[in-house]
Amino acid sequence: MPSHVVVDRTAKHVVLICASASFVILGAIFIFTMREGAPALQEIGLYNFLLGTEWRPGQEMFGILPMTVGSILVTLGSMVLAIPIGLACAILLAEVASFRVRRLLRPAVELLVGIPSVVYGLVGMLLIVPAVREIGGSGFSILAASLVLTAMVLPTIISISEDSLRAVPKGYKEAALAMGATQWQMIWHVQVPAARSGIMAGIVLGMGRAIGETMAMIMVIGNSPIIPTSPLSQGRTLTGNIAVEIMYASGIHRSALFSTGVILFLIILVLNTVATFALRRGLKAHHVA
Amino acid sequence: MSPKSVQKIAKVFIWGGGAITVAVLLGIILYVLIQGLPSVNMEFLITPPKGGLSGEGGISTATVGTLYLLGITLAILLIPGIGAGIYLAEYARDNRPTRMVRYAVETLAGVPSIVFGLFGFALFVTALHFNFSILSGALTLVCLLLPTLIRTTEEAIRAVPRSYREASLAMGASKWQTIRHVVLPAAMPGIVTGIILCAGRIVEETACLYVTMGGSAAMPTSLLKGGRTLSLHLYYLAMDTNAFDKAMGTGAVLIIIIIIINAVTNLLSQRFQAKMRGG
Repeated sequence: MPSHVVVDRTAKHVVLICASASFVILGAIFIFTMREGAPALQEIGLYNFLLGTEWRPGQEMFGILPMTVGSILVTLGSMVLAIPIGLACAILLAEVASFRVRRLLRPAVELLVGIPSVVYGLVGMLLIVPAVREIGGSGFSILAASLVLTAMVLPTIISISEDSLRAVPKGYKEAALAMGATQWQMIWHVQVPAARSGIMAGIVLGMGRAIGETMAMIMVIGNSPIIPTSPLSQGRTLTGNIAVEIMYASGIHRSALFSTGVILFLIILVLNTVATFALRRGLKAHHVA
Repeated sequence: MSPKSVQKIAKVFIWGGGAITVAVLLGIILYVLIQGLPSVNMEFLITPPKGGLSGEGGISTATVGTLYLLGITLAILLIPGIGAGIYLAEYARDNRPTRMVRYAVETLAGVPSIVFGLFGFALFVTALHFNFSILSGALTLVCLLLPTLIRTTEEAIRAVPRSYREASLAMGASKWQTIRHVVLPAAMPGIVTGIILCAGRIVEETACLYVTMGGSAAMPTSLLKGGRTLSLHLYYLAMDTNAFDKAMGTGAVLIIIIIIINAVTNLLSQRFQAKMRGG
């Protein structure tokens, strides 16, 4: 066999092995967290683990409901502001702004992704927490965490919504304008509805980012494992639960933290699958048209 | 209300959304720079931090730790990341194994940093006895960054016009010769952009390193020694000490690094896209 044929075949196999690495890693993550988490689930029981309201490792009480509620509240809280601001910004970038404004705004959105989460956390600790303290409580709160997350999920919502607004076929927009619609009527009644699958995907991926955020949350939420009763009360997220305790945990406590990781992993899996389907449906819709 | 006045109000909201986004970004950057830059000087950069509950000292060991981690992580990451990108762009057919690989890459990209941390903690720190070390942190980061590098490599390779490949194959070059000598050189600026993007993520990441690197403030003298990055150092300062001025100083250094990295990637990718369109 000529040597270049041998090289050709070897190269093909090498890159195939490289490609399968992701699959192996994903599987390994799942297996390792499951294996480490299983003893806790067996001992505590799935029901008590998921719906237990007390997290007291010292007394062998491991209910993660407070953390699940905390994660959900900060995520929904961040969406309240991030969805309208993000959508407005996406419409601006996709349709309204001139080329020069876009050239300034887009790098700004990209830079927002690049700022380390500990910097968001630090700014949150020094600016937002004291501001919330003025309203009441210690300041370390669900509200402060939601506000910090708002800034962190904005870029995800903006960039995916912008892409899907842009993907709306020109014919849709021209038809609306030709019928005498104003630019805004065209955007709101034609372009946004046509792009809704993609916008949904952006929102869901933003929620994924919010649920997964760890350090910035630890820094501003107060980390008490209690079910928050108001936006001003402290709380703890699933991610924070792991990071705060894993370094010193042992035995069943350690295993319960890995189980927390499994739950987190499953939540993200569901959110990502929803987002992928939404994006595919959006693409198909335009294809048919 | 007439459609025209509705449009006027709507545009106020649209521009408002853009203005708030820019205001948030500028607010964070300016706040950190104004509060942080006064504590950044030569001494701050070259003094090691005291560590523990003391907020004294500078950021020298954290800077070395960041660079050390950056080098090791990229060294391990490059071959599997770029290799997988080549496979997906040049070899993959639309069949079940390919879809499984794509699904894995997409899913892995969404897994939270702290879950990678748990995995690294269980596998590298505990099972493989690398303990809390630069090596454990680097291997965990490789898993986390693989999807990013694969995607950017694949996109860069796909941007290379078909005519390049056809010309090379027509001259009698084999598939691999074509990839190695024609496609990869053409895609290189795009791939480099992806690598710099990964470098940025290494500087930013904290959660997965918090549970795998140990956070020692001492100078990391070997791969198996613990250490801390600038981001981790900021976290320890903010949470364990009252040295908010030093935390802000570290934040200012981080922001400057990130701005430079972003500017370089933007410049490179603009040039690459312009070249590929022209080619």
